[in-house]
Formats: sequence, structure tokens, C-alpha cells
Amino acid sequence: MTIRLTTAAAAIALLLGGNWALAGDKPTDPQIAHIAYTAGVIDVEAAKQAIATSKNKTVVEFAESMVRDHESVNKQALDLVKKLNVTPEDNDTSKALSQAAETKRSELAKLTGADFDKAYVENEVAYHKQVNGALETLLIPSAQNAELKSLLETGLKLFQGHQQHAEHVATELK
Amino acid sequence: MTAAVNPLRSAILALLLGTAAIVVPARAETIEVTIDRLAYAPVEIEAKVGDEIEWINKDALVHTATVKGGADVLLPAKKSARLLLQEPGSFDYICRYHPNMKGHITVRP
Ligand SMILES: [Cu+2]
Repeated sequence: MTIRLTTAAAAIALLLGGNWALAGDKPTDPQIAHIAYTAGVIDVEAAKQAIATSKNKTVVEFAESMVRDHESVNKQALDLVKKLNVTPEDNDTSKALSQAAETKRSELAKLTGADFDKAYVENEVAYHKQVNGALETLLIPSAQNAELKSLLETGLKLFQGHQQHAEHVATELK
Repeated sequence: MTAAVNPLRSAILALLLGTAAIVVPARAETIEVTIDRLAYAPVEIEAKVGDEIEWINKDALVHTATVKGGADVLLPAKKSARLLLQEPGSFDYICRYHPNMKGHITVRP
């Protein structure tokens, strides 16, 4: 399980970092908006799966926090793109993220009880780590619009908190 | 549980009944704590019994100000809420939803 999780995390890192680096250009604001929004939707969906599946109070409460926060940030993102009159633009990174999430979702769907809890929370740690890394090294530095950059920075701070929260829940499950 | 609700309820009651001015000593103050980007500012508060704390949540996120085994103030996005300090002591508090948000209140008698 650990190996598979690590591989998934590495794959996302590669997708988020590698693609653009290889292409030699940075994502545009409409692409950044789409990636950030997609990343949020993915975590909300994962959380909803956890809320429906888990019987562990700590895990369910963590998942509820993920829904609350990511939906709120995504609403802010939608308001912002509307205000700026930009259309989020689908791109390979967003597609790859969604695909990886779908694989993870069906993987988790086969698990129940403590196995599910452990796998969900470990993936939350890995996922937030990867998204935070992408925000820090690629998305924030590439963002041109000041308001978009500021929203991404707030998101980073929030998701770093999520990562710590997930790490804390993970140690509690051991 | 009772302890968690009481200070807040008393604060609300005092406000509703308009008795705040009578109950609270003349020198009672309102201390403002701003929440911006997942941080309380200031982090450290010095207060005295009878003072009120007002948390002003500038984030578009729901936060709380929660003392373990004590007060639990819900702070909806872009809203503020108050707490009347009724007992002296030294209190660490956190946001239940974002446990890395931390603050501290010292209440003198
Ligand atoms: Cu919070």
C-alpha cells in the first residue's frame, strides 16, 4: 500500500511539475485557475466518499473540514474568475489530476473500516503535500494577476494546515 | 459542555437584556482580535474579568475560538462574535477546524 501511495504521489508531482518544466513555459492564469479549482473539487469528492464510508469520528470530522474549506475556497475562485472575466481553461495537468483521483477513488472504494480510514488519511497527507508543492513552486510564481496570486497564497496557507491536520489524524489512527 | 456554552450565552443575555453596562464594571473593555489568513492577531491577549473579546473574522472561511473544555465561539465567514470573560485564568485557545491556529488569553481578576 505504501509503495502504491508513494507512486501515486510521485506521479502527481511529475504531472504538476514536470509537464510544464518540459514544455518550457509556465501555465497561464486561466490554466492556473482551472488546476486550482480542479484540485479543490477532487479533495471535496474524496471527503464525501470518506463521510459516506468511514465510521471513525475523527476521520469524518476531518473530511467535513475538507468539504467546508475547499468548497469555500472554490467559491472564492469562481467569484474571482467571474470578476476578472477569465474562463478557466482545461489543460493536461487538470486532466491528469482528475484521472489520478478517479483511480484513487475506485481503489478506496474497495476498502472498509480501519483499512479505508488509514488509506484515505494517508492519501490526504500525500495529496495536500503535492498540491502545496505545486502551489509553492509553480502555480503561485506563475500567476500574473495579483488577486489570483493572493487567493492562491491564502489557499496554500490553508492547505498547509490541512496537511498538518491530516498528518495528525494519521498518527492517531496508528 | 455546560462550561462551553455558558460564557457565550451570558454575553448574549447581557446584550439582549441591555444589562451589560450595569453588570460589567465601568472600566470593562472590548478587545478586538482580527482573523486574517488563518491567524489570530494579536495572538496574545491580556484582559480582565468583565472585558469582552470580539473576534473579527476577515476570512471567507468558518473559524472558531475554542478553549479546550471551555468556551467555544463559532466565527462564521466574514462575521464577528464576542465572548464575555467571566473568570480569571490563563487560557490557550485554537480553531477547531484549523488546529494550527493558536491564541492565548490571560484574564486577570
Ligand atoms: Cu479555522
